[in-house]
Amino acid sequence: MLNIKVSDRESITPRQSMENLILSLMAGLIVISLIFLLCGVNPLFAIMKIFTGSFGSPYGIKETITKAIPLILIGGGLALAFRAKFWNIGAESQLLMGAIFGTWVGLNWGPHLPAPVIIPLMFLAGFVGGALWGLIPAFLKIKFAINEVISTLMLNYICAEFLKLLIVGPWKGKTKFGFPYTDDLPDTAILGLLSGSRIHYITLLLAIVSVIVLGVIIYKTRFGYEVRVIGENPDAAKYAGIDFFRTTLIIMGISGGVAGFAGIGEVAGIHHHLSYPDSISSGYGFTAIIVAWLAKLNPFYVIVSSIFFAGILVGGDAIQISLGLPAATVQIFNGTLLFFLIMGDFFLANKIRLNWSLKRS
Amino acid sequence: MEDIVISIAQRTLIAGTPLLLGTIGEVICERSGILNLGVEGVMAIGAVTAFIVTFLSYNPWLGLLAAVIVGMLISITHAYASITLQSNQVVSGLALTMLGLGISGLVGKPYVGKPLEIKMHLMPIPILSDIPFIGPIFFNQSPFFYMAVVLAIAAWFTLEYTKVGIKIRATGEYPKAAETQGVNVSLIKYACVIIGGGFSGLAGANLSISYSKSWIEGMTAGRGWIVIALTIFALWNPMRALIGAFLFGGIFVLQYLLQPLGISPNFLAMLPYITTLFVLLMVGLKDSKKLNAPAMLGEPYKRGES
Amino acid sequence: MQLPFFLWVRMKKIEKLEMIDISKSFQGIPANNHLNLSIQSGEILGLLGENGAGKTTLMNILYGLYQPDSGSIRINGQKVSIKSPMDSIENGIGMVHQHFMLIQNHSVAENIALGYKKTPFFFPQKKLIKSIIMFSRKFNFDLDPTKQIWQLSAGEQQRIEIVKALINGADLLILDEPTSVLTPQEISDLFRILKDMKKSGHLIILISHKLDEIIEICDRVTVLQKGNIVGNARTEDVDKKALARMMVGRDVIFSITREKLPTKERVLKVDHVIINGDKGIPVVNDISFDIYKHEIFGIAGVSGNGQRELVEGITGLRKIESGTITVNDNDITNQSARCIYNSGVSHVPEERIKLGIAPGLCLYENSILKQHHQKKYSSRLFLAYHKIKDHAKNLILDFNILTSSIHVQTKNLSGGNIQKLILGREISENPALLVAAHPTYGLDVGATEYLRKHLLKQRKIGGAILLVSEDLEELFELCDRIAVLFQGRFTGILEPDDPKISDIGLMMAGSLRM
Repeated sequence: MLNIKVSDRESITPRQSMENLILSLMAGLIVISLIFLLCGVNPLFAIMKIFTGSFGSPYGIKETITKAIPLILIGGGLALAFRAKFWNIGAESQLLMGAIFGTWVGLNWGPHLPAPVIIPLMFLAGFVGGALWGLIPAFLKIKFAINEVISTLMLNYICAEFLKLLIVGPWKGKTKFGFPYTDDLPDTAILGLLSGSRIHYITLLLAIVSVIVLGVIIYKTRFGYEVRVIGENPDAAKYAGIDFFRTTLIIMGISGGVAGFAGIGEVAGIHHHLSYPDSISSGYGFTAIIVAWLAKLNPFYVIVSSIFFAGILVGGDAIQISLGLPAATVQIFNGTLLFFLIMGDFFLANKIRLNWSLKRS
Repeated sequence: MEDIVISIAQRTLIAGTPLLLGTIGEVICERSGILNLGVEGVMAIGAVTAFIVTFLSYNPWLGLLAAVIVGMLISITHAYASITLQSNQVVSGLALTMLGLGISGLVGKPYVGKPLEIKMHLMPIPILSDIPFIGPIFFNQSPFFYMAVVLAIAAWFTLEYTKVGIKIRATGEYPKAAETQGVNVSLIKYACVIIGGGFSGLAGANLSISYSKSWIEGMTAGRGWIVIALTIFALWNPMRALIGAFLFGGIFVLQYLLQPLGISPNFLAMLPYITTLFVLLMVGLKDSKKLNAPAMLGEPYKRGES
Repeated sequence: MQLPFFLWVRMKKIEKLEMIDISKSFQGIPANNHLNLSIQSGEILGLLGENGAGKTTLMNILYGLYQPDSGSIRINGQKVSIKSPMDSIENGIGMVHQHFMLIQNHSVAENIALGYKKTPFFFPQKKLIKSIIMFSRKFNFDLDPTKQIWQLSAGEQQRIEIVKALINGADLLILDEPTSVLTPQEISDLFRILKDMKKSGHLIILISHKLDEIIEICDRVTVLQKGNIVGNARTEDVDKKALARMMVGRDVIFSITREKLPTKERVLKVDHVIINGDKGIPVVNDISFDIYKHEIFGIAGVSGNGQRELVEGITGLRKIESGTITVNDNDITNQSARCIYNSGVSHVPEERIKLGIAPGLCLYENSILKQHHQKKYSSRLFLAYHKIKDHAKNLILDFNILTSSIHVQTKNLSGGNIQKLILGREISENPALLVAAHPTYGLDVGATEYLRKHLLKQRKIGGAILLVSEDLEELFELCDRIAVLFQGRFTGILEPDDPKISDIGLMMAGSLRM
């Protein structure tokens, strides 16, 4: 008879945490390989291709860093929101709103202003756009008790349609031969890139600065303390006199705002115009959820986990081309790894003892 | 004129059917206390499974069955994470959605652009479908519609008037009380999550072998999320879900109706999602406190001792 | 009372039950240490001990909720295996828990149907209604099977629990602290029912920490202390003091000396306050009272008469519909919780873990839960961690909190230490008014004495304390005045030397008003 005993683990060392993480990821990779096998894809080949595609060449590394930029920004913001147990699933649209606001500024004021002025303005506008869109679900939750998972998701779809509406209608580019794009941003509004790559370094710096700021906020400030208490025990937070209203609004303002940074960063740094939602946001808002979770909601770790997942995205592109796999394949990675991460959390928090005994009870 | 009305009504019911199927399942699941945000992913898997099996076997019923089974199987992951491992149900559900969308995209790729030769045909009910006006609307539908209505009533009846229904509701309200009275709380939760998954799979099958007859990636188009909103709108009652689902079906149909009026198709595409928010607003205004949700919805349950 | 026919005729499954050499440890700490217990048909056995003595653990093992590490259970001499509540129900054992296992918005019939083995699959409510009415007539209590639980009183809910056990054929009934939520009248009703059941051959085990009740209703009593059996006696042979001594292992001092202090300055003024409960109807019905410096003002009464809502109203966690509350002449009516805290009101909550701490944060982070916004511990933006850690270290010393460090996760502390942390945190800022709700509930003797001493200390240096407690002994020990709360109104405000003190039970039940 197998007797399974589960008990709380009293304290967790960083080493146990790390071991647990690696085990979880490996278990996840094994299952992903199985899924690939079942679908007729050679898992070893696929995983190798993903790895070499993303980290195996200078080009790959640069692409990985490029894709890590929005993940770092959004991941940091989600770390903050998730800590207060505000499930912000709407980063996709907060990103898009930031792109929309920022692009408007870029297109309309860009031609008249020099780069050192227009670029900060665009980013500011991006932040405002994302923040406003993030404040809506916060407000709906506080005033009307509307579940934020649903409201943020609905807003994702609403914003996507709104963007489509803009690019085929009022914002349609006059220079684009009828394609559903806006005009290109003026030269002054385009972000500089690190030579030989697509890394728009201004956004990268902004990303790193923002996670540092978020880390400081969470661990060192009064506000961060209140956020952590809310996430730990909302009843105790109420008892402690913490203002839910104000805290929730600020969290979502920040979370939406940094996603907005990512949005305008993508447009000003890579695309140079607005186009279809899918090509601008590319699922960053969802991938960032796992990025934040893998980082254990610690903004500093977000940098590492962003690079990891950016690698998967880049590698995913590589196998799309070489193996003809659809874009959704990346979601398999995301979903499986996320599952194994949360399952791993259980084994980290609990000690499991297995007792074999030959006697029947 | 009459034909237009009939057509609209028919299409409303057709559009609402997958929503109803998904909602019945999610209601059962949430009544037992487990929040399953993976509906979108399971629907997608159900859709691709039904499509492929129907494509290969030329038998839509086989496809339907396969979708239900696969939907149930894949939901076990969420059940295991949420019930046995007591993980965060929001994150686990999202993982399931990602997994479902990913796998369905991968597996379905070879079938894109290959429509079914045989899809699930309409099943007019003899005699009843000849009744003027009502007949063509209600009794000339796909089997999915009839199943959805029957299952909604069955689910409602089971929850309210049977012993197992009391057990399920007790599990969602106060699992400790249920457990001390001999209810196997884990088993009930597992069963409800898995059954919910079966319904989501069924809803997906509806989309791929009845609603349309081809497979494209992303064909669920957020319906899974609407199901989750509908569950709240229905106040966790399958009969209200019936009304709500078809109401939303109407919104989908409205999109196409208003298009010729020159209203931007993108704005119309926003309608279902805006309506969802609006509906939740109304429910929230009425009783923003607890909305009659099962008291322990989303909370992991730890046995006195494992 | 005429006993129903079927109770005599049916053969009892259990004539004798024994628990032999039962041991159970949790995380290395023994809750039950080689315990032996036996009970016969027609007997009421009391299980006496303080909170944490192991009584509930032992009964949870008997009921199948826990598995013992070693030992066995025998019924009528035969060993039985009880792996779950289903097994114990099969064997004729039923349990009425201290916290009722009832689903609030289900009906009586649905609740009983949940646990009844022979509930029909279809339309269970309808079919059970007849049986429920029959049962309640037999024992002479009114149960409306269609009412929903939240509409019923504590006594009525308890009767449902008893019916649930009996309807499944329980011969042995375990009652865990059954009187903790009842008025004196309801308690005597319960004892009448128990005596009737005893006469018809049932076996009853009564878990309690209340000496008077054990002596009144039980035939025999087994005393547990810290997981061990320290005494076994027939209640007719033993007296209260001897039992108390067995329970704690030493003579219990029934009163700490409390010196009389001058009370002239008023701190709290509660004026004609009305507060609504969760259902929107008033549960605090026009209450007025004052508390002065150097005074501990107690509120006695059975839980559920408005105490919780009154405390929440004063501390800013619940809306006050009408009336005013002032602290040191500051109007704090309906101010935010933080504002009220800043006005000098501290709160030791009834539900420690639910309200009082953020369990996953570490000790020093919880030590400033209420005061983190103050200049002492933070600047405009940043927390002053070194000051916070110092503060935490001081709390540990001053309040004797047993912990290996201030970095420990708070949820890993024992209940008593958590409570000491909360009390320390709330007292350390020298509040004008300290609101303490059931501060020593569930704590061991040592922690209890410690906390009470600190309350008296606070009183001595000029603090005003509002003490809500169900423990009459505690109220007598500590309070300068005691108000009795019944259905949202004070039925009397007394001083402990007041001759009317003996009527306090009647006041708690609303049958006497001053």
